[in-house]
Amino acid sequence: MPVSSFPPNHGPHIHNSTGNTSILQNSSAHLPALMLQVMLALSPATLFSFWAYGWPSFILWLICLTSALLWESLLLKLFGKSVSKHLKDGSALVTAWILALCLPPWAPWWLAIVGTFLAIVIIKQIFGGLGQNVFNPAMAARVMLLIAFPVEMTQWINPAPVLDNMPSALTFQFPDISSSISYIFSSQALPDGATGATFLSDIKMQIEAGTPAHIATAVSSSANQPAYSVLDTGLGLHSGSLGEGSALLLSLGGLFLLWRGIITWQAPVGLLLGIAIPALLLNQASPELYPGADFHLLNGATMLAAWFIVTDPVTCPVTARGRLIFGLGCGLLAYLIRTFGNYPEGIAFAVMLMNSATPVIDRYIQPRIYGRSRRGQALAVNNPAADK
Amino acid sequence: MFRKTVRGGVHPCGHKSLSNDSPIRYFPLSDTLYVSMQQHIGAPASPVVRPGDHVLKGQLIASSQGNISAPVHAPTSGRILALAEHTAPHPSGLPVLVATLEPDGLDEWGALNPPSDPMALSPEEVCIRIGAAGIVGMGGATFPSAVKLNLSLNSQIQTLIINGGECEPYLSCDDRLMRERATLIIQGILLMQHAVQAREVLVGIEDNKPDAISAMQQAAQGSGVQVIPVPSQYPMGSEKQLIQQLTGIEIPAMSRAAASGIIVHNVATAYAAAEALYQGKPLVSRIVTLSGGAVTHPGNWQVPLGTLASHFLNRASGFNEKPARLIMGGPMMGIQLPDLNVPVIKGTSGILALTENEINHTNPGPCVRCGNCVRSCPMGLLPLEMAANIRSGELKKANELGLHDCVACGACSYICPSSIPLTHLFNYAKGELAQQQKARQKMENTKVLAQRRERRLERQAKEKEALMAARRAAAAAKKAAQQQKEEA
Repeated sequence: MPVSSFPPNHGPHIHNSTGNTSILQNSSAHLPALMLQVMLALSPATLFSFWAYGWPSFILWLICLTSALLWESLLLKLFGKSVSKHLKDGSALVTAWILALCLPPWAPWWLAIVGTFLAIVIIKQIFGGLGQNVFNPAMAARVMLLIAFPVEMTQWINPAPVLDNMPSALTFQFPDISSSISYIFSSQALPDGATGATFLSDIKMQIEAGTPAHIATAVSSSANQPAYSVLDTGLGLHSGSLGEGSALLLSLGGLFLLWRGIITWQAPVGLLLGIAIPALLLNQASPELYPGADFHLLNGATMLAAWFIVTDPVTCPVTARGRLIFGLGCGLLAYLIRTFGNYPEGIAFAVMLMNSATPVIDRYIQPRIYGRSRRGQALAVNNPAADK
Repeated sequence: MFRKTVRGGVHPCGHKSLSNDSPIRYFPLSDTLYVSMQQHIGAPASPVVRPGDHVLKGQLIASSQGNISAPVHAPTSGRILALAEHTAPHPSGLPVLVATLEPDGLDEWGALNPPSDPMALSPEEVCIRIGAAGIVGMGGATFPSAVKLNLSLNSQIQTLIINGGECEPYLSCDDRLMRERATLIIQGILLMQHAVQAREVLVGIEDNKPDAISAMQQAAQGSGVQVIPVPSQYPMGSEKQLIQQLTGIEIPAMSRAAASGIIVHNVATAYAAAEALYQGKPLVSRIVTLSGGAVTHPGNWQVPLGTLASHFLNRASGFNEKPARLIMGGPMMGIQLPDLNVPVIKGTSGILALTENEINHTNPGPCVRCGNCVRSCPMGLLPLEMAANIRSGELKKANELGLHDCVACGACSYICPSSIPLTHLFNYAKGELAQQQKARQKMENTKVLAQRRERRLERQAKEKEALMAARRAAAAAKKAAQQQKEEA
């Protein structure tokens, strides 16, 4: 192979650097810096969730990150790659972090370890490592966990501020750090009063039971279930997985990445439109059967997926138009699964389906080459001076 | 249907302020000048002087040979010491023929015979004189200007574009030239317009050079030359991109700009043309930007051609730290110098000494398909797909993806977060494909020759046989006749 003589002795002799570049700069410098900024963008929403779900969620997050690093190191060693060099790229940490956000906040320790095994070993490394995987590791791992461990994957603890306003607050309190450790490692069942259904599943069940959607989204269904409100849900005061919480803080992180040029707008906008447009149309057509666009945008993993999952460069198309199509597809499929499928949340399935369509999108959606037609033929030569 | 604005591009930090505030200074003569016979693209010039000869400044020391070549003139007056090989300013560090010139210190011009009114000359005559002055593309491509002007005389030219983009970071030689010598540049531009009979002239200057823009606009008043600011975006100074920005026209693939009625020349080339025709001076020096983080005193100098880079750097500045990389030209498309023991040539727009920090090199990592290369490519290519194909040896597939439309601007390599040497791979693949093409051609030729030989041998064998048969027949006839005779 020709790439033996590094560094190459011809241009470019300089490389993009983060230090002294303008805001208009459309990317960050090197991969580790890029991953670091993704983690930075994830931080506000994650910290909020730690506050809302207490020590167990923090410990779970820690287990995810540690086990992912272990799996990654093991596999790199097995494949004879430099562990120190590849670990430093930070991709395993980002995958583990996003997976942690996809788990129930108080999930047992082994769920996290099995999850990172699936994500890092099965989905990423066995397909060839960073850049080679077909499916988004976090999403694929979540789907596999959901199918294999449906009970553990749907135990939704109510966030502390919500719990405080409930009758069960008298009997149940969040554990402190030491009892949280024993809690996560002993796999106790959650007390009934502490858990609640996510809005997506609660409202879906109510609608299926015959309650009109506009009533289901306005009134609380039981003592342990707060009523849906745009403000509270947008802030993150509802039950769900660790990262489904604050639509607001997730969007802040996403906008930061957009501003830094680390992600492009096409896939997120595609996903949001893909969900909002059908939601809006069906809601207009029959409001008693279909909740509105706000409900779908603020609930579930919509915002997490928009900013951190459909923007995963490895598994989404490379062109701008391809990414828009990819995002639209993810959004539309997610809406269809949520509304007409068996699962209350369908984003992970939607992303996996669109991941498998990525090579096809990349095959057909390509930029036009300068001086050529879309089909690759050279443009006709036209000399304005010769015409006269 | 097609977008008119330039797509892609990157915004590297310009580092222009290192050198663009320092006015052009004249670099003094060295003890010895190494005047290369190969300062241009094409055949090397052939020397017309011998060791020991005394030459005057501007005297022809090597004439152009072949269709694409340029003559070389003495950068100062003095004695030719030798005609010998010396390291070329090329990454290979291979030797090239140079005339070693010992200046006599008088810097005495030979006879300068500028025409009384250059604009009254015929276009062909202007081209001839530009060629005779040894002028080549001063932006760094060093294509002989007269050849380019001549070629475009055949296809009618609508627009002459003058490239004052200077989109390469660090370089400010064109910026200073435009600020300080705009009048002569405009005269040169008008000469070139006359030479190609262009109907309009557009000067594109990146908007990070406001002083140069206003100087040029002022000098251009009433001349019909339009000075147009263009966005500062690398590679705006690339021919195809500048044309697209200024005229909205895309040059069709595999065709020259001249075929579309457009020709592009650099500002420094226009300046050299004006010097040649208005003052009679051939190209014997050029403005060189000395810059980079490792250089103590960055600046712009008018340097006699043939000055050694090492001498130039040491006399003009010196290092404040050990440079990690020495570059001739700009940091995006310039060449790495193996060492500084090389002379300044006509295409030397800059000599840069960059620090480790400025280069910001890391070892290549895996491609994460982030698409930055696709976004940054000004030609609309898919660098990541091309690179993947080249890495697995599928050069043909890379070619189908548009490898030959790549202008090697380096934007993709610059922006790649995994530091994949994309441009390096493309250069390799282009070279390899050219080699294969050559080998195929050779094989084809061999095959044709072998077939011809076979046919020839066959024909010869047949002829021989026919001859033998005829002889046999003749012999038989003779015998028969003899027998008859005997019988009779």
